[in-house]
Amino acid sequence: MIQKSLNKDTLSLFSGPDAPLEDDMYKCVHCGFCLQVCPTYLETGLETESPRGRIALMKAVNENRITLNPGVYRHWDLCIQCRACEVACPSGVPYGNLIQATMSQVNKYRKPSLLSKILAHVFLNTILPSQRVLSILTLSLRMYQQSGIQWLARKSGLLKFVGLADLESSSPRVSRSSFKTQDRMIPAQGKPRAKVGLVSGCVMPLIHAEQMNSMVKILTHNGCDVEITTGQACCGAIHSHVGELERSRELARINIDIFEARNLDAVISASAGCGTLMKEYGHLLREDQSYADRAERFSQKVKDIHEFLVDLPFVPPTHQVDKRVTYQDSCHLANSQRITDAPRILLRAIPGLDLVELPSSNICCGAGGTYSITERDFSQRVLDSKMESIASTEAAIVATANPGCIIQLEYGTSRTGSNTKILYVTDLLYMGYGFKADM
Amino acid sequence: MVSLGKPSTRRLIEELKSVVGDEYVIHRDEDLLVFEYDGSVDKALPTAVVLPADTNEVVSVTKLAATYSIPITARGAGTGLSGGAIANHGGIVLALTRMTRIIQIDAENMTAIVEPGVVNIDLSTATAPYGLYYPPDPSSQKVCTLGGNVAENSGGPHCLAYGVTTNYVLGLEVVLANGSVQWFGETTREVGGYDLRGIMVGSEGTLGIVTKIAVRLVKIPEVVRTLLAVFNNVEDASLAVSDIIAAGIVPAALEMMDKLCIRAAEASVPAGYPQDAGAILLVEVDGLSEVTDEQVADIIHVCNKHSPIEIRTASDNIEREKLWAGRKGVIGALGRLAPNYYLVDGTVPRTRIMDTLKGVEKISKDYELPIGNLLHAGDGNLHPLILFDERKPGDTQKALEAGGKILELCIQAGGVLSGEHGIGMEKQEYMPLMFTDDDMTSMAKLKLAFETNDILNPGKIFPTGSSHVAIPQTGAISRTGPDAFI
Repeated sequence: MIQKSLNKDTLSLFSGPDAPLEDDMYKCVHCGFCLQVCPTYLETGLETESPRGRIALMKAVNENRITLNPGVYRHWDLCIQCRACEVACPSGVPYGNLIQATMSQVNKYRKPSLLSKILAHVFLNTILPSQRVLSILTLSLRMYQQSGIQWLARKSGLLKFVGLADLESSSPRVSRSSFKTQDRMIPAQGKPRAKVGLVSGCVMPLIHAEQMNSMVKILTHNGCDVEITTGQACCGAIHSHVGELERSRELARINIDIFEARNLDAVISASAGCGTLMKEYGHLLREDQSYADRAERFSQKVKDIHEFLVDLPFVPPTHQVDKRVTYQDSCHLANSQRITDAPRILLRAIPGLDLVELPSSNICCGAGGTYSITERDFSQRVLDSKMESIASTEAAIVATANPGCIIQLEYGTSRTGSNTKILYVTDLLYMGYGFKADM
Repeated sequence: MVSLGKPSTRRLIEELKSVVGDEYVIHRDEDLLVFEYDGSVDKALPTAVVLPADTNEVVSVTKLAATYSIPITARGAGTGLSGGAIANHGGIVLALTRMTRIIQIDAENMTAIVEPGVVNIDLSTATAPYGLYYPPDPSSQKVCTLGGNVAENSGGPHCLAYGVTTNYVLGLEVVLANGSVQWFGETTREVGGYDLRGIMVGSEGTLGIVTKIAVRLVKIPEVVRTLLAVFNNVEDASLAVSDIIAAGIVPAALEMMDKLCIRAAEASVPAGYPQDAGAILLVEVDGLSEVTDEQVADIIHVCNKHSPIEIRTASDNIEREKLWAGRKGVIGALGRLAPNYYLVDGTVPRTRIMDTLKGVEKISKDYELPIGNLLHAGDGNLHPLILFDERKPGDTQKALEAGGKILELCIQAGGVLSGEHGIGMEKQEYMPLMFTDDDMTSMAKLKLAFETNDILNPGKIFPTGSSHVAIPQTGAISRTGPDAFI
């Protein structure tokens, strides 16, 4: 029941070190400037599915006006966490921190069976019947396995429940080629300009091995000694996304240890989602005395591959790529890392490439980490709108900067029967360097 | 506050669902909570929120409201600054954010017909390929709806030369309280007879629910030139404003910001405003290139008489947009300095800007609340932004009282209560400062000509108190009840 008071004597339902910060919430002056960049608001026109509404609910919980119940956190669950609202927000509300902290609180109150029920339902009725989605799921599970997210799945009793324990051990390889994740150094071509480590992540070597190999080649072509390191963990972004911040911290510490030992000029992430969290390790581990400073230093070294190449500056591509291309901003690159120019600069540098702007390229495609699985219906609504605007550009290729976006947009092309190809920006650069004629 | 009782409320909810579908009736307590606010200070909870898809559904919902005798408050994006879209008597909030169709663009006759949920800037984006745009540009134009603009007769920085919403509305489809659908005005030109269209614009949803809007469009100007003039203090900037207008120049926009606003804006978007400036003017002229060149030279000449620190002209569109991004985001940017603001919309004759701002400064000191000043300086429209923290006991009340003092100051200076944000529930108690009993009675009669049951957005515009002096203590807060949120 709603209590119309600001009684601060009673204990707020948000508690503990990961509670969303009151000062962050009250930066929101409910001006509404976030509404028109929020994919869930755009789909529904509902204030309940808007950033301003979600923050109002956080404030209400904080003020003890409402309890944390499924009706409330349903609205937070529906947030894709694309963080476009952060860019639109004039008062600088750190929405990403707020929603992740809020989800960590929700996890404390959420009945464990509910998550597994929802997941199981989606897994059983939507994913398993589809060969294509199944392959994505299998890979997600492999990612869970490698990264240690598996405890999440186990905690929910899901693996046993849907009989995926077998699948887990026999996850198929999708990529035609493979990306070797064991320790090695691929030397720069010509005089070395920088020594960099490459974040191999969890999904990318599995499903986008070929593209990762291309990235290594691009980096060495640009004079980088590229270090690949065994023992890297998943960056922890998916965990943070669902509010499992402690697990995320464990993974962060592993990665800091691994990369720190290498004495690198930069740690390169080719996945916008991973890069974002790794740039936020400093914030994530701010309360950890033995890691806080190291995390901050580590975060400073993390560079998105496009950002890094443009700053280097990159060797100009010389081969013609006569294609009409549009660019979909990856949310974690554009909204969290505020990198929108670098990918476009790289694309425009490719001879012959005709870059056309995608209307609303700043609006999410609906991928959102596990969102495309946990909130399947909504994810598809958002995706369908995205595919419509892609079609309006008449581009042959959509370039983007994150594996999640690639998977989601590819799914979009198959849903709509479109011939549009979905590629990494670096795939096109690879062609521009003449390493390959077509993708 | 209207209370239906549980069984009736349940029945009403079911009937509303049968009109618009389950997904578009919001009635759970927690969900209603996010419809208690708009961009202003006031808050109140509705009984239900309904999102109709078209005029027919609006008609059905209006008839249901009449049957149940409960209020109906239309709402757009909820960016309003006077509480117009807040259901301060409870009842149904009719959110028109699903009615987003641009029905027609008639490029030859330079008109368009839209639904009320169309976002202001989306109309200009849609008409841009025809070389046309819709001039009224509230700072919230990227999110606010045209329906809301009509309800509040919204202005914006460019209204100095171009005029406000009412100057662009040709005709309106309106659902009246009894559920009948009427067209007021025309779609192509103004007509004879009483200007019922004009009465609807700015009526804040108290006379009818607008379901279609026919607007006039204008040609995108050949050239737009934007200047940033930086001054040591607001006095110099104010004098420059008066002199620009006195010199016979009518810029498309003439905006002023003081130190506090400059600081907040620059923290939000690096627009390039100098941090140590006492005041800046953002001046824009548009039209044919020869004319604008001359105007720019004249403006620089006038500004130079008032010891400017710097005068800069935007060299390209990107720089121009940057200069404007700072200005358009400044209100929200104040969230960086305090959790709440109270934006006062008073307007004074241009020549009285300077002494009114001095009065505002004194009020800021008296009430110990920081006040930032943002002005549509060209037409004397002040936007003092009183910063406060609703979590501090008594702060909200103090802010509202300070706002009242500012409005009194504006009226004393020969000004008006509102330049462009409407009266709503924010300024209703101050209406007697401007209007006599006879004025208010005439307006009440007009309202009664449209409806007698007081179902459409009740408790707005007209003062609730009996006293005809400013009565801040019976202002927005206490009116929403002793147990109100703020």
